Amino acid sequence: MIKVEKLYKKFGNNEVLKDISTEIKKGEVVSIIGPSGSGKSTFLRCLNLLETPTSGSVIVNGQDLSGPKKDIQKIRQQIGMVFQHFHLFPHLTVLENLTYAPMKVKGEKKALAEEKARTLLKRVGLSDKEKAYPSSLSGGQKQRVAIARALAMEPELMLFDEPTSALDPEMVKEVLEVMKDLAKSGMTMAVVTHEMGFAREVADRVIFLDHGVLVEDGQPIEFFNSPKTERARDFLEKVL
Amino acid sequence: MNLDFSQIVPYIPFMLEGIWVTLKFVFFAIILGAILGTILALFKIGSIKPLRWFADAYTSIFRGTPLILQLMIIYYSIPQLTGYDISPFLSAILAFGLNSSAYISEIIRAGIQAVDKGQMEAAQALGIPYRAMMKDIILPQALKNILPALMNEFITLTKESAIVSTIGYLDLMRRAQVVGSDLFRNFEPLLFVGLIYWCLVMGLTVLGRLFERRLKLSD
Ligand SMILES: Nc1ncnc2c1ncn2[C@@H]1O[C@H](COP(=O)(O)OP(=O)(O)OP(=O)(O)O)[C@@H](O)[C@H]1O
Ligand SMILES: [Mg+2]
Repeated sequence: MIKVEKLYKKFGNNEVLKDISTEIKKGEVVSIIGPSGSGKSTFLRCLNLLETPTSGSVIVNGQDLSGPKKDIQKIRQQIGMVFQHFHLFPHLTVLENLTYAPMKVKGEKKALAEEKARTLLKRVGLSDKEKAYPSSLSGGQKQRVAIARALAMEPELMLFDEPTSALDPEMVKEVLEVMKDLAKSGMTMAVVTHEMGFAREVADRVIFLDHGVLVEDGQPIEFFNSPKTERARDFLEKVL
Repeated sequence: MNLDFSQIVPYIPFMLEGIWVTLKFVFFAIILGAILGTILALFKIGSIKPLRWFADAYTSIFRGTPLILQLMIIYYSIPQLTGYDISPFLSAILAFGLNSSAYISEIIRAGIQAVDKGQMEAAQALGIPYRAMMKDIILPQALKNILPALMNEFITLTKESAIVSTIGYLDLMRRAQVVGSDLFRNFEPLLFVGLIYWCLVMGLTVLGRLFERRLKLSD
């Protein structure tokens, strides 16, 4: 589904990602964990080209993202992204947030887009909020709308960048539930998270980044029970 | 103290007419300023370097020199250079329009850049093309930052419009001077148009506040 080869990313002289190679297969749920500043967000953002890699390649369904600009928008349509701070469109209602991109980008008819949006809102448990504006929603509700908005484009891959980190503790669960559901439905997912519980239970694979280096890449059980490297052991000791 | 307002009474219709004359050119200047200002702002946030330089240089020149000088240059240099005898009215619109476009472009640029960067990223991640993103996502949000500052610019423009009296345009200010020299009394007519300017500015201020409150309500 998506293949990363020898990915490097520099901000000025700051080398944030160093020689990352990995692959995410269709239907796989991959958790990306690591200390703050280790490059997790940057890695995720390289996957849909919100950041341009300094070198190396990102290949989605056989298409190299470093190709011409036109393809990039097409490829981005296949990749949904959920941000820590939601980034819902504040001047649009919940329903419009979900229908805008499918109508504008894919040329879907309004009736169809709305029908699909309502199905998605039902799925994330927010059917009663379709006419609400984002500012009237709680954090957990906003994030569920954001997930639904990304899903409305019917992506093949979903990227999550710390989707629960900006939420009050009592709202984390409702968002994780939605994500678990999505994982069960077979969606391919890459999730940057500090929720070790989610990584352990839901992920098929865990990627551990430290100082921009991919240090471990393996099964959650192995990673959590017997980490191979010193760095991963140190990290786990601190967070568990 | 020898103030005598009774003497200006016959001149009041003449001076009141100045309100219309002033507002007329301010109105056209604002339209010109808004159109040019929007274009310049798009140059500034765009990725085409020469256009960005042009817009920056333009802004720097018009903000870095006195408006009265710009007005004089337009009024006196156009006939001298082209032979076209430009009217005070047209000169005033040009000078004020060109000048305010520099300020308005800054207002619009700042308003756009004040929109949370996450909005642009969310739009990009959804595959929304640049133009649609600007038009439907970024600009509607920027408008909330822009409109109050724009209102201020209009108020400033209305006040500063008095300097067109220096090129003989018969605006409010000029009319006060005309009446003053007719009567050999300057203070009363000046005070009278001062009051009118104040009313105009207050009117615009109140309008702006109402407008802002409506924007807040729609949040
Ligand atoms: N746009 C940018 N310009 C310059 N430096 C950046 C930029 N984005 C990230 N960085 C730097 O890259 C490094 C990695 O940042 P990144 O956000 O990817 O880390 P992270 O693992 O997501 O951290 P966190 O857990 O705090 O979110 C940091 O040192 C950060 O300062
Ligand atoms: Mg991060």
